[in-house]
Amino acid sequence: MDLSIANFAQIIIACLLVIALMVGNAVVMVYVERKACGFIQRRPGPYEVGPRGILQAVCDSMKLLGKQIYVPGNIDWILYFLAPVLAFFPVLLLYLPIPFGRHLTAMNVDEGILLILAFSGLGVVSNILAGWASNNKYGILGAARAVSQAVAYEIPMIMALLAIVFLTGSLSLTEIVERQGSWPWQWNIVVQPLAFFIYLVSLVGETNRAPFDLPEAESELTAGFHTEYSGMGFALFFLSEYANMLLVSFVCAAFFLGGYKGPFMDGFWWMFIKAYAVMVFIVWIRWTFPRVRFDQLLNINWRWLLPLSILNLWVTAVIVRFI
Amino acid sequence: MNSLNFINPFGVSEDPGSYVGDFYTDNFAKGAGEGTLILNLGPQHPSTHGVLRVIVELEGEYVVRAEPVLGYLHRMHEKMAEVKTPWQYIPNMGRVDYLHPIAWNWAQVGACERLAGIEVPERAEYLRVVSCELNRISSHLMWWGAFVMDLGGVTPILYAFEEREKINDILQIVTGSRLTMSYFRFGGVSADVDDRFVRLTKEFVPYLRERLKMYKALVTDNVILRRRLEGVGPMDADLCRRHGATGPILRAAGLKRDTRTDAPYGVYHKFQYNVPTGPSDDCLGRYMLRLAEIEASLDIVEQAMGSLPPGPVRIDKAPKAGWKLPAGETYFAVEGARGQVGVHLVSDGGKNHYRVKLRAPGFSNLSLFAEAARGVLLADAIAILGSLDLVIPEVDR
Repeated sequence: MDLSIANFAQIIIACLLVIALMVGNAVVMVYVERKACGFIQRRPGPYEVGPRGILQAVCDSMKLLGKQIYVPGNIDWILYFLAPVLAFFPVLLLYLPIPFGRHLTAMNVDEGILLILAFSGLGVVSNILAGWASNNKYGILGAARAVSQAVAYEIPMIMALLAIVFLTGSLSLTEIVERQGSWPWQWNIVVQPLAFFIYLVSLVGETNRAPFDLPEAESELTAGFHTEYSGMGFALFFLSEYANMLLVSFVCAAFFLGGYKGPFMDGFWWMFIKAYAVMVFIVWIRWTFPRVRFDQLLNINWRWLLPLSILNLWVTAVIVRFI
Repeated sequence: MNSLNFINPFGVSEDPGSYVGDFYTDNFAKGAGEGTLILNLGPQHPSTHGVLRVIVELEGEYVVRAEPVLGYLHRMHEKMAEVKTPWQYIPNMGRVDYLHPIAWNWAQVGACERLAGIEVPERAEYLRVVSCELNRISSHLMWWGAFVMDLGGVTPILYAFEEREKINDILQIVTGSRLTMSYFRFGGVSADVDDRFVRLTKEFVPYLRERLKMYKALVTDNVILRRRLEGVGPMDADLCRRHGATGPILRAAGLKRDTRTDAPYGVYHKFQYNVPTGPSDDCLGRYMLRLAEIEASLDIVEQAMGSLPPGPVRIDKAPKAGWKLPAGETYFAVEGARGQVGVHLVSDGGKNHYRVKLRAPGFSNLSLFAEAARGVLLADAIAILGSLDLVIPEVDR
């Protein structure tokens, strides 16, 4: 890829669009999550603000903007304010290689998935910093949990994605989508159901969502690593959580569900439909299951997901090599 | 004081007064070993359901020791009894235990009646049983939801509240309130039931039985829940005996101890019902036992409503406002949702009580926690705390 002026401009515009997407996604997901949660809990959910409560997200964000930023005593000032920013901005970069159409990619790099996996590791750094810098024991416990969880669940996640990479022979997301067909039986989920399952479990673990929301386990650690953040500090963590959710859903859609290809008419709408279906699934399990215990969380990973993903990868490699 | 250095990891100069804890923290911290962390759970912690404070010493995620600190909701109910007449003291009881107020109501009214030798009409006795059992169901439902919420499942509590609302609707007809109910009066109950009460209660029993099946499918059979509870926080009969635990905790340990059958009061002897025990003394056993108790209570309500005798609901010469208790001493205990609810009453024949001692089951049950939570994971400690079914106003009184 040559770095010409046009290319540079393309990336700048893409970044702006991605920011718009992230914020828009948060606005949509606040509403979707609260409505879905209300539906599951047999209550109406938000319905006061605007028709059917669709302006609820606006009120929520105004509340967060207007809140006093309470700063606890004896914190590390630099890290305390750096952590939410660090949580939010690396996510921008992760959206660049996501293909929304055959040529609709911000940065069509050959090593797309490598870029995503490399930079998604930065998210946990912000969690450690937030927990450590805010001088709070709950924060430290949450940060410690976040690290071991993120390290653990990244491995089967990579293994599951690697199985698809072996099949396709390319690290580029566009290439991987292009190899799949438009109809559901032509998608990678059919040939790699185990990898899809492993990826689905570890994406819940990666994004710290219930039942794997140990770093912010409410009934144990009040709010975990972001206990001491209020106002915009909290809002940035909140935004990045939804942005990360959307990202892993996009990756899921591209790798396993045919990406922007779909029945009747290919296009970016298929990407969004599939990603949001995964998001709704994540929301659904969050409001249904109780939380696992921390040792169980790690046991699920090291005892089941990791051996399974290695086995899957090995079988895939053998099949790709000899058949 | 190694643990206190932990909260200032950056070596920033700090005001020496600002980080030293209160009396409890300082005295607790002295025994802390190397590399442990003293953590205050509460008094404003989401899983302590009110203002219970637990100081825990953590080593990593493991609880080295835990100690409850009480008194944040102490409202001097016992002292208040000394400046109140028995009549004025009735509403206090609803405030002691807001989840099962009618048991406390019964304990106080029953103690006064026993001292004064008042007989209660049969219809009133039946209504007492019905209201107390309905209230027990609502208390257990509330516990069920809150307990699953402690384990991270937020949805079930809203399902439980749906049933609880129905019970509140029923009890509101006769008690007039939905939370701090006081239905019992000396010599009977305050109001007779109407057709709507009878109809709603009869509808409610089969309805809840259906819903309990849904609870089983949604929550009890969930593999995550089972793994979280199985073998966690065993409390055997010996531990229960040493700490004076009663109620579901003792019965889950396998002992068939229930005030309703051991020291019968009211008309409980007229009904056929099951006092469940077991199946195990861990958190899952206590969970299963409480769900079984809901079904037992439904049986009692069904039988009592089916054989409700006619007649008055209060004796003719019921005590009036200026009533003076005869001099003497008595103890009256009923089975509350959390265990034995007892009122020890001493009267010197004056207008007010001379002294009242309230025996709260939650207080004894909480004292098991320090021993049961030793060496478990923090998440398990929260589960054990939840399985004790604490109501903090009752613990502190």
